[in-house]
Amino acid sequence: MLDIRDLAFGYGARAVGTGLTLTLEPGEALCLLGPNGGGKTTLFKTLLGLLRPLAGRVLLDGTDLATLPRRAIAQAIAYVPQAHAALFPFSVRDVVLMGRASRLSAFASPGPADRAAAERALAALGIGHLAERIYTEISGGERQLALIARALAGEPRLLVMDEPTASLDFGNQARVLSQIRRLSDLGIAVVLSTHDPGHAFLCADRVALLHGGRLVALGPPAETVTPDSLRLLYGVEVAVVPLPEQGRTVCTPLIG
Amino acid sequence: MSDSARVAAPARTRLRGLGLGVLAPAALLLLVLVSLGIGRYPVPLADVVSILAAKLLGTKLFGTSAALDPTMQTVVLQVRLPRVLGALVVGAGLAAAGATYQGLFRNPLVSPDILGVSAGASLGAVLGIVLSLPVAAIQGLAFAGGLAAVGTVYAIGFAVRRHDPVLTLVLAGVAVGALLGAAISLLKVLADPYNQLPAITFWLLGSLASATPGDLGAILPAMGLGLAPLVLLRWRMNLMSLGDEEARALGVETRRIRPVLVAGATLVTAAAVSVTGVIGWVGLIVPHVARLLVGPDFRRLLPASLLLGAAYLTAVDLLARTVASIEVPLGILTALVGAPFFLWLLATSRRGWA
Repeated sequence: MLDIRDLAFGYGARAVGTGLTLTLEPGEALCLLGPNGGGKTTLFKTLLGLLRPLAGRVLLDGTDLATLPRRAIAQAIAYVPQAHAALFPFSVRDVVLMGRASRLSAFASPGPADRAAAERALAALGIGHLAERIYTEISGGERQLALIARALAGEPRLLVMDEPTASLDFGNQARVLSQIRRLSDLGIAVVLSTHDPGHAFLCADRVALLHGGRLVALGPPAETVTPDSLRLLYGVEVAVVPLPEQGRTVCTPLIG
Repeated sequence: MSDSARVAAPARTRLRGLGLGVLAPAALLLLVLVSLGIGRYPVPLADVVSILAAKLLGTKLFGTSAALDPTMQTVVLQVRLPRVLGALVVGAGLAAAGATYQGLFRNPLVSPDILGVSAGASLGAVLGIVLSLPVAAIQGLAFAGGLAAVGTVYAIGFAVRRHDPVLTLVLAGVAVGALLGAAISLLKVLADPYNQLPAITFWLLGSLASATPGDLGAILPAMGLGLAPLVLLRWRMNLMSLGDEEARALGVETRRIRPVLVAGATLVTAAAVSVTGVIGWVGLIVPHVARLLVGPDFRRLLPASLLLGAAYLTAVDLLARTVASIEVPLGILTALVGAPFFLWLLATSRRGWA
């Protein structure tokens, strides 16, 4: 559904990344790994149509993003920013309802159908009990779930998540990752970035390694997340250890 | 727990709707009637109602003869009514513009002056006073000055095109405001200290003393035109308060909507200050109080700000013409009443930015 062709992206004239080609299938979860300043966020903004490509194209179902109005892009691709502290004390329900903006004309206010979609999104993430709470007063993990619910309320086909597990505690990280896993089951494609390569094993079908603005590897986690590739990305020695009993793989840096 | 929350929610919403839709307008109406009665020449509340009823409906209420007392009629209809109506319109407009600016600029310390509308209007008015122009021309210059200042700021913001368009606008507003302030100071130095300087000082502190029905008629179209986009885009306004990038990601054409909202709020403010002079604090403090009462949803915040702003300025103007034997400029009272209240709010409010 999303075709990235020979993309160069960045701010102004300065390219952060070049030569990126990637195709995303419906329902696929793609995990983006790369060091700080590696261009993950800039790439996401380009995929969302917030930044114009410096070269190449991003195609949504075959149509160039640059030619689509914002609402059409937002209907298909939803953005989940890092859990942030919003300024004004909106209720969680109101925040989630904002995800319907792409489905409404500029002068319209949300109606019963929109409120129902917001309730479904709250229920899908198991945070219906937070609906009346004030967004600025709930925990970081709850905010992240609320932001995912907001994205889902717009009924998108692709979710772009910028480090959804950053600044979350261990339990909330696991909860958010399991929700991402479920999104794929619902047929919603996900592109997410993370700083923990172990997360790629937990929730991703494919992993893309971004280094120096270039795609250095792309494939299933077991093939791409290796001690060699992680050394290249992060400059540290990493052990990638399968846990046969749990059917999982963990990554841990070798220090000291 | 989730069940009780679900039951409580509509009840609370209905309560808020009742307060906003019935109680607040009723309280405002009472305040207006009381304002019309109080002054150097007191008029009993019943007589105020009779006079208004006679004027509006052509019928007599309570069977009293007071409605026919020509002095009372003149005081209520000719002297006080234009002032009270002016306070309602200007207060409502400034508060609505303030609520809009605070949301747009994601900053609760923002007032309608942030993009230089007051400074531009002041320069226009001061220029008119120094040139000894007629009142209508001074008002016209003030109105044009306010719009020109914001237009300049917006053009600079558009030309600079940094990553954060909102921050660029605010900084450009600060710079342009400083330039306009310098020009105003220069004109004050050059002005005739006996005739013009007092008039300038009085204008810069704001007053409804000279508001005429004609003034009101002149600014109402601009007010209506300015309020229209705020009303129409009331839900979109919530998304604008998330910031440019997030709003765009959610499907909002911020590059089209922001200038429309800025233009609307600016039009309202310029129209208001062109008649009354600069009245600070209303646009800053009233949206805060409104947000505290009805929450940040602009669909409720806008009507609440309109009502509260109208009530606040009506009450302050009542003080302005009754506390002392001389007319106290509004700008002094809005700050004198507003600043301590604002500090109290700051100290007691538990919600961030509420």
